Amino acid sequence: MVGLVTAIILIPLLGALAVCTWPQKNGRPIALVFNVISAGCALMLWRNFDATAIGLQFVERHAWIPSINGEYLVGVDGLSLLLVLLTSLVIPFALLAQPAPDGSRAFYATMLVMQSALYGTFTAQNFVLWFLFYEMSLIPGFLLIKIWGGENRDRASTKFFLYTFLGSVAMLLSFLGIYLAKGTFDFAALANLGKNGVLTGNFAWLAFAGIFVGLAVKVPLFPFHTWLPDAYQTAPTGVSMVLTGVLSKMGVYGFVRLLLPLFPNEIRVIGPWLLALVVCSIVFAPLAAWAQRDLKRMIAYLSINHLGYCMLGLFALAASPAVAARIDAHAALSGVFMQIFNHGITAAMLFYFVGLLEQRRGLRGIDNFGGLMQRTPLLCGWMSVAMFSSLGLPGLNGFVGEFLIFKGSFAMAAAFTAIAVIGLLITAIVFMRVMQSLFSGPLAESCIAFPDLLRKEKLVVVPVTLLMFAIGIVPQFIFNIFNTTVVHMARLLS
Amino acid sequence: MIAWTIYVTFGGAILLLFLPRAYARWIALLTTIGGLILCLVTFVQTPIPDLAHFTTLVRVPWVPALGMNYHLALDGISLTMVLVTGISAVSTVFFSWDVEHRQNEFFFWLLLVVGGCYGVFLSADLFLLFVFYELVIVPKYFLIAIFGSTNKEYGAMKLTLYSFFGGMFVFVGILVAYVAGGSLDLNQLSQFEFSPQLQSWAFPVLFLGFAVLAGIWPLHTWAPTGHAAAPTAGSMLLAGIVMKLGSYAGLRVAMNLFPEGFQMWSKWIAVLAVTGIVYAAAVALRQRDLKFVIGYSSVSHMGFVLLGFATANALGTSGAVLQMFSHGVIAALLFAAAGRMIYRRTHTRELDALSEMNLSHVMPFAAFTFVIATAASMGIPGFSGFAAEITILIGAWKTFPIGVWIAGGGIVLVAAFTLRALKLSFFGEERTEGKIKNGTTLNREQFDPITIPEKIGACMLMLTTFAVGVYPKLLLDRIMPAVETMRFLR
Repeated sequence: MVGLVTAIILIPLLGALAVCTWPQKNGRPIALVFNVISAGCALMLWRNFDATAIGLQFVERHAWIPSINGEYLVGVDGLSLLLVLLTSLVIPFALLAQPAPDGSRAFYATMLVMQSALYGTFTAQNFVLWFLFYEMSLIPGFLLIKIWGGENRDRASTKFFLYTFLGSVAMLLSFLGIYLAKGTFDFAALANLGKNGVLTGNFAWLAFAGIFVGLAVKVPLFPFHTWLPDAYQTAPTGVSMVLTGVLSKMGVYGFVRLLLPLFPNEIRVIGPWLLALVVCSIVFAPLAAWAQRDLKRMIAYLSINHLGYCMLGLFALAASPAVAARIDAHAALSGVFMQIFNHGITAAMLFYFVGLLEQRRGLRGIDNFGGLMQRTPLLCGWMSVAMFSSLGLPGLNGFVGEFLIFKGSFAMAAAFTAIAVIGLLITAIVFMRVMQSLFSGPLAESCIAFPDLLRKEKLVVVPVTLLMFAIGIVPQFIFNIFNTTVVHMARLLS
Repeated sequence: MIAWTIYVTFGGAILLLFLPRAYARWIALLTTIGGLILCLVTFVQTPIPDLAHFTTLVRVPWVPALGMNYHLALDGISLTMVLVTGISAVSTVFFSWDVEHRQNEFFFWLLLVVGGCYGVFLSADLFLLFVFYELVIVPKYFLIAIFGSTNKEYGAMKLTLYSFFGGMFVFVGILVAYVAGGSLDLNQLSQFEFSPQLQSWAFPVLFLGFAVLAGIWPLHTWAPTGHAAAPTAGSMLLAGIVMKLGSYAGLRVAMNLFPEGFQMWSKWIAVLAVTGIVYAAAVALRQRDLKFVIGYSSVSHMGFVLLGFATANALGTSGAVLQMFSHGVIAALLFAAAGRMIYRRTHTRELDALSEMNLSHVMPFAAFTFVIATAASMGIPGFSGFAAEITILIGAWKTFPIGVWIAGGGIVLVAAFTLRALKLSFFGEERTEGKIKNGTTLNREQFDPITIPEKIGACMLMLTTFAVGVYPKLLLDRIMPAVETMRFLR
């Protein structure tokens, strides 16, 4: 199975090339074919993945830039595999949801380049290579928003790009410092060195701040989140799905892979402050969502809240490893991984539904709809499932992750977790309000001509919703992917 | 064999004077391709260990009374620079394919610049180097003054005066080295121990003289005006190669002959370099003319080269040489897109005017080229600029940690102005509601399609920056050993 990971990274790039050069005008079928191939490779990866083995599998290592110890080093552990699977799921989903707004094939090519960058980010195990892919997602992201976005796209795309770029440069410089101190860019080696902190003194704080800002912008964490609502709101539906479903996970992944192992001491010292930021994310974001009239913007804010749960679990674990019983640490970390996957599916699904509504109505304000239940019961029903999943109803996927995070974090950071629960409550209120004003009440005149879910839409909605139920009811098959990794990482962090 | 690049190029130039104009561009193309092939063959054939030392290729007595020799030599650094000259030269000819006005003369001057650059990069005799160095200035003047655009006489004059001003200092420095060291041979001089006191003042004289051409802040102001005034080919060569003459000679002559002087002054070079990086980027953020934006971006990128030199370690200096290569390619690509692809069709370089055309719909290939060029210029990983900058920054971390963070701010500024230029030039849209959107009235037929020569030239440069970005080892393996034998390293 050597070369499988490289194949997964390269297939979307070949797809982009094929989309550009194929004589046929419509690029979507070609893009989807390449997506099927890469999804097939990802499934093969899963099949051959040894869930009980510690450490990286499918490792490929080649010398690349020896003068700065940059290696081509790719491989997967449970977390990487999980994210590769998520990418393989969300991108075709987004492509199905969104034909290119102007029918140009450049759109599909750009999406595929983005996909390749995502695969690369989640499998690269050397900082230089990782950074290459991390930045590689930036240009497609910018173009997708800038060219195919809606109103206000100019500002939103610039903001997205510059925020992320600023963060990346800070992270890069910090890493150069770490490299000079330790002489390696290898994630595994750095994580092992990190047990006592890779650096000391003021310099450690500088490097910590640089990396923290870089990743916090990407996630995003309050108060670095301001680019997000603009970007998600204005991006075309399919792009929003990818941004929230997968791109935001790059930040969380970075926290797990880089920041927590490298700076255990620093995080312990300012842990309460970090947790306070997280709690702000969790509580204020849904409050902001409550105030929105635009459905897309509302879901964008809720995304911040959901990723906040991930960060809560991570920081609770890293800030107070001393008091953590092993079982709580495992619970929190498993919850975070679970939430990463679940949020990817659920948020993408919510954006998809908003996209459907927007296609039918031409607008997406919360006041532009009413009484949809009478006209389009199926659409309302399936959309409700997605919303319930998002607010964490037991039996659906969202619950599993959030429950584990809260269970684990409560034991380690009780006060913060207690406040964070308020976030759950507000999220619920927001969704209830959406359901009420969209689905019930008298049928709005503008919605009379709405068709219900079409067959092609059902083909997308039903399988994904079934997956949500499956994860909610028998989550074990997902846990199996990353159980060993969780145990290993929890040991590393405590 | 690589010495033939010089003869072939000058031979082609002379041939141009005697042939009818119908053949002019073909002759120019063949000549530059011949040069490039010579470079590539040498690049592939020369074993890497041989590139560690400045190995003599040709050595013929010239003016024996004064110790002048016609002496050419090659090491990894000069090979890298010769290679970028070859690549830029070929693409430059492709991007000048449409020149109609005084064709023969145009390509004649062009080839003189290229030949002079080959000469500088291969010279191992101080006087010979100086001759080639000055030789480049004259054709540059004519290229801009005859074939240029916006404010061309002013731009050409400013550039020439700055160059001669720098050349004057260089001449003094060379005389000092000759008188004190008793030789003009670079290899001999680099063994000679100059007295520290002499080095302390001779170094800045010589280095500053060269650095004028490299666009060191605050002596950079010729660069944006010169680039903007020059014809496309002129800007490509000027930013791509001619600016490197200054930095290359600074490294080869000033730093290597006067290592102690260099160490005394290195932190001031770093200060100037970092100031240049940030200042030029900030100025570029406010420019309205696309070529001025790119001109200032060149100054900013050359700041990285100087910062790499100032680190005085092998890593930083190798990064600087790589940056010279990388910027040669990227600047050529940027100027090609701005000057040839956009300006020749729209007849404007004003960003505000361009922003109303939404050119990405009209010229998708040009848009693609410019996106790649700007990404490379911003230092997105996967392109050569990143490989060079990361190497320089690692080198600089050891010596100037604070400078690294300021330069990091500069990188963000570079990204900001590049993004602004990209947005306004290709992805513009009306800013206020209700204003008539001109972009919708443009269609593909209105502009000539992108021609084949343009596509070949652009693809060549894009492939180069991509190849070096993905696999910088290709060049670093050859640069590092050569840098490590230099004696200014701490």
